[in-house]
Amino acid sequence: MAGIPHDHYEPKSGGEKWLHSRLPVVGLMYDTIMIPTPKNLNWMWIWGIVLTFCLVLQIVTGIVLAMHYTPHVDLAFASVEHIMRDVNGGYMLRYLHMNGASLFFVAVYAHIFRGLYYGSYKAPREITWIIGMLIFLLMMATGFMGYVLPWGQMSFWGATVITGLFGAIPFVGEALQTWLLGGPAVDNATLNRFFSLHYLLPFVIVGLVAVHIWAFHTTGNNNPTGVEVRRGSKEEAEKDTLPFWPYFVIKDLFALAVIMVIFFAIVGFMPNFLGHPDNYIEANALVTPAHIVPEWYFLPFYAILRAFTSEVWVVQIASFVTNGIIDAKFFGVLAMFGAIAVMALVPWLDTSSVRSGRYRPMFKWWFALLIIDFLALMWLGAMPAEEPYASWSLIASAYWFAYFLVILPLLGVIEKPNAPPETIEEDFDAHYAKASDASPAE
Amino acid sequence: MFKALALSAVTALTLSAGGVFAAGGEGGHVENIDFSFDGPFGTYDPNQLQRGLQIYTEVCAACHGLEYVAFRTLADEGGPMLPEEQARAYAEQNFEVFDAELDDFRPATPVDHFPGSALENAPDLSLMAKKRAGFHGPYGLGINQLLKGMGGPEYIVAILAGYTGEETEQAGTTFYENTAFPGGWIAMAPPLYDEQVEFVDGHKNDLHHLAEDVSAFLMWTAEPKMMDRKHAGFYGVLFLTVLSVLLYLTNKRIWASAKGKKTS
Repeated sequence: MAGIPHDHYEPKSGGEKWLHSRLPVVGLMYDTIMIPTPKNLNWMWIWGIVLTFCLVLQIVTGIVLAMHYTPHVDLAFASVEHIMRDVNGGYMLRYLHMNGASLFFVAVYAHIFRGLYYGSYKAPREITWIIGMLIFLLMMATGFMGYVLPWGQMSFWGATVITGLFGAIPFVGEALQTWLLGGPAVDNATLNRFFSLHYLLPFVIVGLVAVHIWAFHTTGNNNPTGVEVRRGSKEEAEKDTLPFWPYFVIKDLFALAVIMVIFFAIVGFMPNFLGHPDNYIEANALVTPAHIVPEWYFLPFYAILRAFTSEVWVVQIASFVTNGIIDAKFFGVLAMFGAIAVMALVPWLDTSSVRSGRYRPMFKWWFALLIIDFLALMWLGAMPAEEPYASWSLIASAYWFAYFLVILPLLGVIEKPNAPPETIEEDFDAHYAKASDASPAE
Repeated sequence: MFKALALSAVTALTLSAGGVFAAGGEGGHVENIDFSFDGPFGTYDPNQLQRGLQIYTEVCAACHGLEYVAFRTLADEGGPMLPEEQARAYAEQNFEVFDAELDDFRPATPVDHFPGSALENAPDLSLMAKKRAGFHGPYGLGINQLLKGMGGPEYIVAILAGYTGEETEQAGTTFYENTAFPGGWIAMAPPLYDEQVEFVDGHKNDLHHLAEDVSAFLMWTAEPKMMDRKHAGFYGVLFLTVLSVLLYLTNKRIWASAKGKKTS
């Protein structure tokens, strides 16, 4: 699909022409920063900038932390304390990095649910969506491995539990787990490779982010109406859009600054609120913590993992049919990854002809329930594995799958959507009077 | 809908803590204490930290260590702020460290760290105030900690003052009943008593005061840069607030011509 028609960079001076005919880098930057953007974007479209900022923040603080950190089982914990006590500003670097991960996930969940509500995943944006899901998976892997590095009790036992999931895979599981860990159990080899990968993966994410942006710069942004920008001519497109700079850059920066106020208050005044006290105890293979709990951003998927115990009839059937190959543990692992897989497949599961949830009266309620469901799973993931939490987890997990596999496909058939506006301009003008031509900007 | 999403961000913060607290272990009851270092503007009281240091030296150090704390930091801003000479003398007179070069023990110097625990089953105390969360819930939501702090030092006070006097023996080890300890029975004998430590300035030395002083000191050993951090946080919030206002005004001005006046 051709992009939205707009002005392109015209080299003027001799030097500019010289460079442009050899490497059109200025033109690329111009097209990227001046891209026509639907002018009715609301405040849920700010998370992309927040995420980009998080990625840069994590890489910058992370690189400096790596200068002072020692990936060795005997020294890792002490080197983190060295950063906290002796390195100039080290306590800020570490707390920024630690809480930066949380901000990253707050932003990515907001970004994903925005896409789910406004149908940003629908044609022609499936590739943007799939790349986004890959980034999300890599973020989880990076976050998980980063959490192992301080070598506290939760680091160690979290790594043991999560890598144990791979051990649940039939036939090859044990070999795979040993290969991942670099030995029979979480030890120095594990710490070293996790450090190496934790340093590598963010740069893979950078590459995928570039592709993610490339993809949606080709299709154009979605917007709250889900109506496409008119592309008949440049004049027509300009009625629906405004250039990214300065309109959306300044808007996004404003939103980022407000979020940064909250972020800095957390880092400055309560940096350990989102952490786990047990991770200030050095890793000890002989002492298992009373409860092993992952970081908050993994809790919804952790709840799904634990929900499918051997007492659940679906699990019993699966086990019976496969002659025990799919046991409860492996079923849980499948469910956890499946929960992300169904999200990645949503472009093909949603059958509705209307893109934005704003014009879908029934969808709205099911979507609201999905948000509640997600928050409920997050809470349940933190609760001990006992009644009534186990039953509730099962119900909440069931709804997660039902939403994607049953409700979305059916809604497209059952639901009678409202009529979206004809154009983005119409939606924009319904909110704001047309700018009077008599008062140009000073 | 947007409220739901905006809320989700906030709730994520609150909920997430759920994991934290639920996993902290279902300990006994821990009372909130008004420490001088509570809240965004709270600071350590150097006098209290010095009293805590004295209690640590005379009582806790017999079994427990502080392996991550260097003697020189006793003179740091935002700590007990001993005069440098006093910190040097304190290290020299109270502790010996093993010197690999001399192949022998020598008196500690300011660059040395406190020794580790003398008893194998006595945990190091450097990070004790961050290893434990005193407050949980409600329902694992973490709102308690949002309001009162993590409760690490409060937990230490509750342990030190939580002995009921009951004892039991199991497999040759004596356990002491403690209302704050998870499970109710702790292997540590009651360490503190009323008037166990005398202060030169005659400060109150009943059990509860001693427990609070040593807990405050252990909060400092766990988070020695807390005051610097709060300063950085304060200036960060201040500057970012100003930046937000400026960006808000810029944004309004830029969009004014595109939007015109709001009709609805």
